[in-house]
Amino acid sequence: MSIRHSLLSLLAEGDRHGYQLRQEFEARTGGTWPVNIGQVYTTLGRLCRDGLAEEVGKQDDGSVTYRITPAGKAEVDTWWSRPVPRAAPDRDETSIKVALALSSPGVDVLAVLETEREEILRALQAYTRAKTRIPDHPTGGELARLLVLDQQIFTAEAQARWLDHCEQRLAATTQGSAR
Amino acid sequence: MTEQTTGDLLRMTDAGRVHHAGTPTEVHALRSFSLAVAPGELVAVMGPSGSGKSTVLHLAGGLDVPTSGEVVLDGVSLGGLSVRKRAALRRRAVGYVFQDLNLVPALTAVENVMLPRELDGVPTATARAEALAALDEVDIADLGDRFPEELSGGQQQRVAIARALVGPRRLVLADEPTGALDSLAGEAVMKVLRARVDAGAAGLLVTHDAQHAAWADRVVRLRDGFVVGTTGELVHGVGEAPAGVTGRVVGGHR
Ligand SMILES: Nc1ncnc2c1ncn2[C@@H]1O[C@H](COP(=O)(O)OP(=O)(O)OP(=O)(O)O)[C@@H](O)[C@H]1O
Ligand SMILES: [Mg+2]
Repeated sequence: MSIRHSLLSLLAEGDRHGYQLRQEFEARTGGTWPVNIGQVYTTLGRLCRDGLAEEVGKQDDGSVTYRITPAGKAEVDTWWSRPVPRAAPDRDETSIKVALALSSPGVDVLAVLETEREEILRALQAYTRAKTRIPDHPTGGELARLLVLDQQIFTAEAQARWLDHCEQRLAATTQGSAR
Repeated sequence: MTEQTTGDLLRMTDAGRVHHAGTPTEVHALRSFSLAVAPGELVAVMGPSGSGKSTVLHLAGGLDVPTSGEVVLDGVSLGGLSVRKRAALRRRAVGYVFQDLNLVPALTAVENVMLPRELDGVPTATARAEALAALDEVDIADLGDRFPEELSGGQQQRVAIARALVGPRRLVLADEPTGALDSLAGEAVMKVLRARVDAGAAGLLVTHDAQHAAWADRVVRLRDGFVVGTTGELVHGVGEAPAGVTGRVVGGHR
């Protein structure tokens, strides 16, 4: 997740303080990815170091205003126009666990699959409940939250489908004598 | 939670269904399946093809009878009823979305939806108004005058759902009701089902789709006619945290 590009895209809309960026980021992504203010300032520091943003004045209370540079604008344009690289997906513990279960003596693979599936269903139920609390005609922040929840639901569902698929492939391989 | 024995609209106890018993083609479609569904509860049944999901629904709705165990619908044990009495109870209490829809080809969408209400003895004008309202609930009020063959697969599916929801059906059984629908239409159907259940019906839903199963209070998973797991809580919408396993499926586990 690129906080760097997200914050830069907000700066492209106008000068901001660090705390404004944090607030705006959370509001506009449905509050699904909380960032702490330390992360925001670290990121701003790096953006300034790399010439993508600059400090423009300090207020009495010490809060600094940041502005995007032309190089920063170019960087944001590139971010919008190019896909997010999919090359390095996070290591998925569930798939590693299932793979190891297959070759571990004394481990019931079907039981492992079932345990994982239960957990995913529980998560799906929680996301779905969260979704039911969003009004039928959502406004800005609510719509963002809804879309992000949908993303979590689709991801979890893909995982559940993969687990179903594992079970069927396993049954086909052991010719229905599973368990 | 204590086991609730009264107030359940549907109670299946050790229900089993064997086809062609005692012959070489014997099939155990369902084994010792127990489940109670109270008004206000939506239960989803998942499992691979052939695992017994439709069998559960057939037995729950009195379309078929178990070869062992008992099914009690609205306080009445189905085993003791004549075929005619079973059909009457089914018609009165159960709304059914069939896996293969079962729309009547010679009737328009609205006439298909009116049918159960006319069989209830409701006057035609009332039945028609109710049918139009039910079609509106699934967003196809404008297609009432079309015949099934003039509707897309997803539109036909919504007619079948409207037909199951029309009138005061206290048990709604739905076999893959979202199969032919895109994700948004599928979600709309789940919202309608959920709302009906929240308004006091009991619901039992078969789906392959974890995303839709997540609208249920409990999810029962079948394999080879056996229950292999249950996920869920007792009351939808109570508590923020993902619920622990408190399913009331009893005796169904191996
Ligand atoms: N009338 C019948 N005669 C013989 N076997 C039957 C009959 N009806 C169902 N079966 C068998 O019982 C088992 C369970 O069938 P069921 O229709 O309940 O499966 P399902 O889980 O609904 O599958 P699907 O996801 O494919 O709809 C299957 O093996 C099926 O072949
Ligand atoms: Mg089926």
